[in-house]
Order: sequence, then C-alpha cells, then structure tokens
Amino acid sequence: MTTTLVETPVGATAAAAAPTGARAQRTGAPLGRASGLTLGVVLLALSLLVLIPLAAVAAEAGSTGWSGFWAAVTAPAAVDALVLTVTSSFVVTAINAVMGTLLAWVLVRDDFPGKRWVELVIDVPFALPTIVAGLVILSVYGRNSPVGIDLFGTRWGVMVALLFVTLPFVARTVQPTLMAFDRDTERAAATLGARPATVFRRIVLPPLVPAIAAGAALAFARAMGEYGSVLLISGGLDKTQVSSMYAFSLYESYDFPGAAATATVLLVVSLVVLVGFEIVSHRAGRRG
Amino acid sequence: MADTLAPARPSAIRPARSAGRIALRTVGLAYVGVLVLVPLGIITWRALSPGMPAFWAAISSEQAVTAFRLTAEVAFASVLLGTTFGVALGILLTRYHFVGRRLLGVLADLPMAVSPIVAGLALVLVYGRNGWFGGPLEAAGISIIYAVPGMILATTFVSLPLVLREVVPVLQEIGTDQEQAARVLGAGGWHTFWRITVPTIRPALTYGVVLALARCVGEFGAVAVVSGNVSGTGQTQTTTLVIAERVQQMEPGAYQLAFVLIVTTVAALLVAANIRRKDELS
Amino acid sequence: MSIQANGVTKRFGAFVALDDVDLDVHAGALTALLGPSGGGKSTLLRVIGGLETPDAGEVSIAGRDMTRVPAHERNVGFVFQHYAAFQHLSVFRNVAFGLEIRRRPKAEVRRRVNELLELVHLEELADRKPAQLSGGQRQRMALARALAAEPSVLLLDEPFGALDTKVRRELRGWLRALHDEVHVTTVFVTHDQEEALEVADEIVVVNNGKVEQVGSPSDLYDKPANDFVMEFMGPVTRLGGRLVRPHDVQVTAAHVDGAVPGRVARLQRIGFEVRADVTTADGDLWVQLTRGQADTLELTPGSDVWLRAVV
Repeated sequence: MTTTLVETPVGATAAAAAPTGARAQRTGAPLGRASGLTLGVVLLALSLLVLIPLAAVAAEAGSTGWSGFWAAVTAPAAVDALVLTVTSSFVVTAINAVMGTLLAWVLVRDDFPGKRWVELVIDVPFALPTIVAGLVILSVYGRNSPVGIDLFGTRWGVMVALLFVTLPFVARTVQPTLMAFDRDTERAAATLGARPATVFRRIVLPPLVPAIAAGAALAFARAMGEYGSVLLISGGLDKTQVSSMYAFSLYESYDFPGAAATATVLLVVSLVVLVGFEIVSHRAGRRG
Repeated sequence: MADTLAPARPSAIRPARSAGRIALRTVGLAYVGVLVLVPLGIITWRALSPGMPAFWAAISSEQAVTAFRLTAEVAFASVLLGTTFGVALGILLTRYHFVGRRLLGVLADLPMAVSPIVAGLALVLVYGRNGWFGGPLEAAGISIIYAVPGMILATTFVSLPLVLREVVPVLQEIGTDQEQAARVLGAGGWHTFWRITVPTIRPALTYGVVLALARCVGEFGAVAVVSGNVSGTGQTQTTTLVIAERVQQMEPGAYQLAFVLIVTTVAALLVAANIRRKDELS
Repeated sequence: MSIQANGVTKRFGAFVALDDVDLDVHAGALTALLGPSGGGKSTLLRVIGGLETPDAGEVSIAGRDMTRVPAHERNVGFVFQHYAAFQHLSVFRNVAFGLEIRRRPKAEVRRRVNELLELVHLEELADRKPAQLSGGQRQRMALARALAAEPSVLLLDEPFGALDTKVRRELRGWLRALHDEVHVTTVFVTHDQEEALEVADEIVVVNNGKVEQVGSPSDLYDKPANDFVMEFMGPVTRLGGRLVRPHDVQVTAAHVDGAVPGRVARLQRIGFEVRADVTTADGDLWVQLTRGQADTLELTPGSDVWLRAVV
C-alpha cells in the first residue's frame, strides 16, 4: 500500500529545515484552473466507480437495521465462511512471508542459470486470471490428480489455491529493498564476529521488515477477497466456502442485504488488517 | 577470541556459506516448482493432449470467439479508463498540493483491498435496476448491469490502481526539474505533459498498462457478478466466464481456453520484463 | 532588460523564505545572489523566473509587471543546478526545445541551434543523449538551451554547484566571457563567495529572507555593511572584540599605538602564507602573514608580539 501513498505535505518544522529549492518541489504547486478541473474529474470518476458503490454496500447492509445486519453476519454459514477466510488468509500470508523473503534473497543474492525464468514464473500467479489459477490447481490437486494428491472439496485445497495466488507479493516487495541494501554492513558485522545466521537476523532482516509487512498486507488483502482461484477446488461445499463465495451465493439467491452484510465484514476485516500491517511497517521503518 | 581474528577465517567460512546458499536455492526453487511450474506444465499437458483438432475446436467455437472479442473490448476500454485515471491522479498526487491529497491516495488504492465479488456487488447496488442510479438510467434507456458497460465498470474497478501504482514512484523520482525547464522555455501545461512528462514516465507507464491489461483480460469474480451470467443470458460472457461454465457443466474445452489465457499472460509478463530490463539498462 | 522586485514576500508554511525583498538589476548586468543555503536566494530567483508565485510584492522585467505571468510566457532563460536535461531528447533537440515550442521555421531552428552548440563547444555532441555527457557538458547544454530563444534575462540557480572544482573554475571564466559576448541581463545564485567575487559585476547578499547588502565585489569585501556580510565574504578573526580580516592585523615585536599584547601559540606554514594562532588577554585569534613577515619577526611558538588592526 505504501508505494502510492505520496509523501505527506511537509509540515512547518520540516519546511524550515529543508533547503529552499527542494522544499518548493516537494510541497507541490497549488491547483490551477486545468489541474483543478482534472482533480474534479478524477474525484467524480473515483466517486462514481468506487466510493459511492462501496457506500451503497454499507447502506444495503444496514437496510435491514442493526438486528438484520447482526443476524446476517452471525448466521452459522457466515461465521464458518469468515473463520475459514481469515484463518486461511493468515496461514497463507505467514507461509508466503517466509517463502517470499527466502525467494527474494535467492533472486537477489544467488546466481544460477535460468534465474531470469524463475523471476518470470514467480510473477505468473499474480497476472494469471484467477479462474485459470483455480483450474491450474484443480488439474493438479483435483479428483484425477496426476500426482495422487486429491484435495478437491477440502480446506487444504483452498489453502493451496491461496498460496498459489499470493506467492509473488512478499517476494516482489522485498526484492528491491534487498537489492538496495549495502552489503558492506553485512561484511562489517561478519568482521565483528557475527555468524551468518546472526548477520541475517540482526543486520539484514530488520530493514526488510517494512517491505515484508507491505507485501504481506497485499497478500493478505488478496487472500481475503479471493474468489476465482478457490471456486473450482472448493467443490462448492459448505465447509470449503470462503466469505466471497458465501456473499456470491447470497447474491445469486437475491439476498442483497445479506450479501452486502458479508461484503461489509470482509471489507472491514481487510482494512483493519491493512492498517495493522501499515503500522507495523511504519514502526519498523522508523526504528530501523 | 584470537582465532576469530585469524586470516584463515574468511576462507574457512566460505564453504559453509555456499552450502547455506545452495540449501536456500533448493528450497526456494522447489517451492516455486511444486506450487507454480509443475501445475502449469500439467495444465498445458491437459490442454494439448487431446490433440490439435480438439484444441482448435475448443477455441474456435462461436461461444469462444464471441467471448474472446468481448474480453478484448472490455479489457481495452478498462485499460484506457484506468490509464487515464492513473496518469491524471499520479500527476495530481505528485505535482500539486491540495487539502486531502494523502486521503485521495489512500482511496485510490482501495480497490486493491476489495474482493472482486464485493466490487461487483457494489456496482450492482448502484447501477442495477433497483440501484441508486440504475432506476433513472434504465428509464433513460441505458442499462449497465447485465450488460457490457457494467462489465467495463467492474473490470475498471479492480484494475484501477495498477497504472497509478506504477507511475507515482517514477513521477516522484524524476522530480519536477525537467518540467520546470520546459515551462521556462515557453511550454504550456499541455506541451509540457506530452513532450516531457509522458516520454519520461513511458517505461513505467507501459509496464503498468501491461499489468492492467493482464488483470483486465483475466478478471472473473467482479464480472461474474455484473455480467448476467447469473440470469443465464448469453452474449455477456468473457473468456474467464466461459472457462468457469465449461468446468462446472463438465463440458470440454476449459483447459484449452485456459491455456490461451496462460500464453497471453506469460507473453504480457515477458513484455513487461523486457521493458523493465531496458529501463534498468538506460 | 532590467529586473525589479518590490516587497517580495514568500512563505512555505510557517517558514518565511523571502521577507519584503527589494531588488533592482539594471539591464545588461551580471549579478550574483549570494548567501548561505536556505537563505532565500534561490526562491528569489524562482520568483523572478515565474517558478514560484510570491505571497506579496511585485516582479517586473523590462518595466513590465510579471507577477502574475506564468513561467512559460515570461521569456526568461533558466539554468537549473542539476541541469534539468530532457533525458529522452538529444543534445540538439534539448537546445531546440524552446524554438520548437515557439514554432520557429525548421531552417531557423537548425541554424540557431548549431550556432549555440558552437558557442558552448558541443557541436560534435549534438546527437548524444544527456546521459552520455559529463556534468560540465550537460551544464553547457543547459546554458545553450536557455539562450536559444533569446530570453530577456538569463537566470542561473547554483549553475556550477554540482560540478567538481576544476570544471567549476573553468565554467566560471567561461560564463563571464559569454556574458561579455551576449550581454543578456544575467542573475546567478551561488553560496560560494569566491565565485561571486570572481564572476559578478554586482553582488546581492541574501540571508534569512532579506537582502543584507548590495554592491560591487570590492565594496562588499572592503566595506561590509554588517558582521554577517563581513564573515560571509571572507575569513575573519576577532581582535579586541571587533571582527577583522586576518591579513589586516599588523604584527610587531615592539609596542605601537593602539596595539594589544599577545603570545604566539602555534605557527602553520601553508605555502607562502603563514598562519599564527595568537593568545591575548581578550581571547584567541589567528593572523595571516607572509613568509617574509614571519621570518623578519623571527616568530616561533611562544614569541611575544603586539597586534593592531590596520583598517
């Protein structure tokens, strides 16, 4: 999330400390006629496309009153779906935070033939259509599994699908940070007597934490909302139903308030977790 | 302590390091292999093993061709909208100072945190027949939901931040020097934008467009909600919807269509990787 | 063309970059805006160029009020510290940019650009991209670009700040010569007093958002308006509670009128110059002598001397 969040307008104290030319550029120009108009159009587009529709979700969720909302989100199927979604998203994010960091390390620090192709393969799950990702998982772990592992209609199958689609996020956010890392600090730590594992834990890892958190946040958000990739492997069973599938099923049966209530919960959980990761990343960034 | 300072130490430590390195490499590659590469190989085999005639039949049926065409139309329109939005907002966020700038940046990122199903549902609630704006629009003879405009809106929604996220860091990095130089040389805003800003951000912009294109071609959940696939009418099926239908109805031809999309995706990634490498070289 | 600024004030948040500044640059002059970084000199230049809008006050060029005129309509030449080269355009196209924007005929553009590239000695490199040039070459390209459309005034923001000492010295002399040839009213910003003294006809010392003093290089060095200007224009030391230049302290072995006693603490020989750290009852100071003076006085650490300011 951090990449597009532009720097805060420089406050008074920072402004006083900064040299003249650079400061003027950082704060940016005030809006003129053309830029003001552009801002208006952008705001209108964002409102019509994103903000008003999301507000409509909240409004629809609240249309049956608090009791209606509460009944919708505490229905056993809703709770089961949410628990499955949140727990599997957490597990998957944790696994890919570790594996993603490891992969980033391998891609940046290691050198072997075909490395470029590995980079490409890592990006595939990100760009692949979700339904195709689902079919890919199904073709390996479905009923006629060629490798003899049948995960069709199981929560394991859901997890594998989520692992697949969230694979690139941490690897891709950690990679540039690791690339920019000054290797002399590691050498310095080694000359001071630190073993490789200690160097990694005490010197390399701390500056990577913000990038890991940012990637993990994206991975988690993706996992929380995933639909296409888990649809096929889940087999459409109740026990493998994630929240977005549950919302879709309510929508198909024209229970709009129920679907909206589920959607609202999904949205709130995603945002809370995103903000949480953002705080972790911010804190770690300030400490490091 | 004395031996840690001995000159023999670096060479003594190197084998241990490279063993660790090979272990990490093995674990990493095995993970990617099992999770991504092997499955991709298997699906390719499933798509191609029935033979070329079957492959051709699957991707040249009327349903498939219609879906391809619709997918291309929807993706093109969405990428165009997303690119315009992303570049305009990117410039506003990095070049201007106004109240609520930071908030706007966060809001524009919001679609990244929204499930495609929620996105689709949200659009139905506003633009559907019984939605906030849907009623009046319907009365004016404009239908959005269960029609192509709704699919474009849904696809644009989910891909909205992609171009923005690519261009903002570059706009920040290049700073305003070149643009200011163009201004004092007599170029107005329009000239400065086309002659200086756009050429400078072109690699990032192209990269963002390629990513957005891949995402738009492959969008499934949001389109599934708004397309009317639900109500069972034809003609609003993109490729991904056809794939889902063929799998769920146990019809043949899903793997072949999926294979086409995989090839498209990999091609897009190759283009993107190439752009990135050229950019790094210059 | 002359440049006037009246009562220009510019704030960034709570920070006052320019505080009611007046400036008068007459036509054809080569003027330096000199001061410490963060003092407001760059902001003043950017206000003149139209890159910054003042919160109060007016700016006029050649008698025409320019305060609300956008940068692209002012017809000024501006040279940026970090060159602001258009990375995607060749050297030729960089220089041609202002002319192309003004829709000058192609033949005229070609003639004019070639003429300027010759002037800045870049004619051989016309087809290169800026990334293939050295810092000095890039800055010369930026100068040619700024001059191409015959601007009414030429503004340079720390033009040599990003260059190494040798190239810097070369370009200074070259800017001076260029100005003598082209005669365009030129204002350049620098924090290097040596650069200002060497290049400019007139120096405006700017500090804390205010103009401290305006004058010729010798005026500023010899008759500084206040301690700040004095300190900024060259080395100073303190004798009897007053700022003096270290080479304006007379050192004698015997007492003379108005002299104070001191003892040499340390001697440093730097080429032909000798620096003596002297302790007096009033505090420590340092004195600059020639090698001949030091030898005549037979100075060694511990020598007792008498000190007097000669200005």
